[in-house]
Amino acid sequence: MKTQIKKLKAQALKLNKTTRSNVITIGALVIAYLICMSMIRGGNMSNLLQNLLVAMCYYSIMAVSLNLTVGILGQLSLGHAGFMCIGAFTGAFFSKIMVDTMDNVILRFTLAILLGAAMAGLFGVIIGVVVLRLRGDYLAIVTLAFGEIIKNVLNVLYIGFDSRGIHFSMKDTASLNLDEGGMVVIKGAQGISGTPRNATFTIGVILLIITYLIIVNLVNSRSGRAIMAIRDNHIAAESIGINITKYKILAFSISAALAGVAGVLYSHNIATVQSTKFGYNTSILVLVFVVLGGMGNLRGSIIAAIVLTVLPEYLRFMRDYRMLIYAIVLIVMMIFNWAPACINWRKNHSFKDVFWNIINKFKKVKEEA
Amino acid sequence: MEMLSVKNIGISFGGLHAVDSFSITINKGELYGLIGPNGAGKTTVFNLLTGVYKPDMGQILLDGANITGLSTIEINKAGIARTFQNIRLFKNMSVLDNVKCGLHNDYKYSSASGIFRLPSYYRTEKIMNNRAYEILEVFGLEKEAKYLSANLPYGKQRKLEIARALATDPKLLLLDEPAAGMNPSETEELMATIRLIRKQYDVTILLIEHDMKLVAGICEKIFVLNFGIELANGLPQDVLNDPEVIKAYLGE
Ligand SMILES: Nc1ncnc2c1ncn2[C@@H]1O[C@H](COP(=O)(O)OP(=O)(O)O)[C@@H](O)[C@H]1O
Ligand SMILES: [Mg+2]
Repeated sequence: MKTQIKKLKAQALKLNKTTRSNVITIGALVIAYLICMSMIRGGNMSNLLQNLLVAMCYYSIMAVSLNLTVGILGQLSLGHAGFMCIGAFTGAFFSKIMVDTMDNVILRFTLAILLGAAMAGLFGVIIGVVVLRLRGDYLAIVTLAFGEIIKNVLNVLYIGFDSRGIHFSMKDTASLNLDEGGMVVIKGAQGISGTPRNATFTIGVILLIITYLIIVNLVNSRSGRAIMAIRDNHIAAESIGINITKYKILAFSISAALAGVAGVLYSHNIATVQSTKFGYNTSILVLVFVVLGGMGNLRGSIIAAIVLTVLPEYLRFMRDYRMLIYAIVLIVMMIFNWAPACINWRKNHSFKDVFWNIINKFKKVKEEA
Repeated sequence: MEMLSVKNIGISFGGLHAVDSFSITINKGELYGLIGPNGAGKTTVFNLLTGVYKPDMGQILLDGANITGLSTIEINKAGIARTFQNIRLFKNMSVLDNVKCGLHNDYKYSSASGIFRLPSYYRTEKIMNNRAYEILEVFGLEKEAKYLSANLPYGKQRKLEIARALATDPKLLLLDEPAAGMNPSETEELMATIRLIRKQYDVTILLIEHDMKLVAGICEKIFVLNFGIELANGLPQDVLNDPEVIKAYLGE
């Protein structure tokens, strides 16, 4: 009986702990959102910052989703921007051809997001099947290569429509052989322009929260345990019957699909989406968010993504020194996050402890009185 | 009743015959000991039985079914679970989650049910928790259920590894030096636990051990391996008094 009660207590505790952490993260996001909105209403937010709001959301989604591959599955991927690229183009393509026929903006944008996610996820499965038998450095190099392939193929891809249907080309607009009245949707290096600008800060925050919940729920489930078991010890995972290939591909493709969502958000936030945006620079930038925020730490990924998206814009006044300062900030953040001395210091000076110390002192004073 | 029947399996690495013509028959419910000096090929036998290595020759039957050449995953599903000489826990996961990983194939719900928190998630997780706590209690680990497994003391890590293997509900449990690195009292306790799980879970056990005294105390039958070849095989008192075995252990 006693053990029974203890058991239940322990279970309840576990539930509380993960739920509490989620509530804190989502609560903080909602509060930050509300503050931003009221600042915008009151005219207290600079244009600079306002223009960055959606970017913070899609970079956060990118960071959280990459963390699933790098931190939770434990596989280094340097091609995450490639999946964002697929999502961006798929979503923009859909929205552009449907903009005249579908009046319901919410429905159209929702479909664009789902399509972008599905297409990126599909590529995640295909590429995952090919590359996930590799490990470590090899995997990193091959994912980098795939990211570049996606970018470069889209850079020379032309797609148009006319009364006869859809036309593809890898050469130029002319070789599409469009009828009069035909429309070029994807224009090679010029990408897609004129996508409806449906992305808003509100939608961005909603998508970020959904992404966060998907990953957190996945992690705290049977499949998530399998994924982390593979990360911690793949030989032991196999020995207890966990299908390594299946769960690697599952994690990798969910991660890719969510990067696709970030891509859709991106392409509906700017006038023209071009594939050159999605090179390895972007992949590595997102990896920096993940590493700084902490492997497997989703909240950390979001914080790192937000800070490092805003920071460079505010450093513009430093001109030539901008990237130097940015690099120094990166190093300082890294040290603060991961140096043992700093971890200890943070432990001893956590908000919770400081709070309880004050309460206890207060109590003592009372008792003595 | 024959549970495991191994006929003439062998493997060589380069020129080295790590295991040569190894044959053993284990009956249901038996506790068999596999001993031999360092480098004799004991761990390699486990790796062959669990599909980590594919044998160059020979045949492995589990309950009459041929499992030779199957993958590690399929062999686990067929009913063989193991522990490792150098502990392989899921270090960044809790003690409870380590055991729940072992329940992976017996209690299922889809990834989508997990992500969207459908009723089958709550139902199955509850059953899994109860089952995992039951197993942890057998090993006296229920109080540490929420600990990070890497933070357990060494002896408990070894126990947790057995608990995780047992969670896959195996017919045959292979333990690779379960008492390695333990002090005498920890070893004593572990042996008691092994006797207990054998009764409670009706599981057949093959265990590798270095310490001959320990093996004699717990195993009904002993198999001695030396340089990949069978040296002796039989009841503990006979085997341990065999001059060949003594020579192999003491060296020449
Ligand atoms: N993967 C491998 N590659 C090469 N040699 C190996 C491999 N695995 C084991 N061996 C060799 O096989 C022999 C038996 O090793 P092992 O089974 O670990 O011995 P034991 O467990 O009895 O101490 C040793 O000489 C070892 O070096
Ligand atoms: Mg060994």
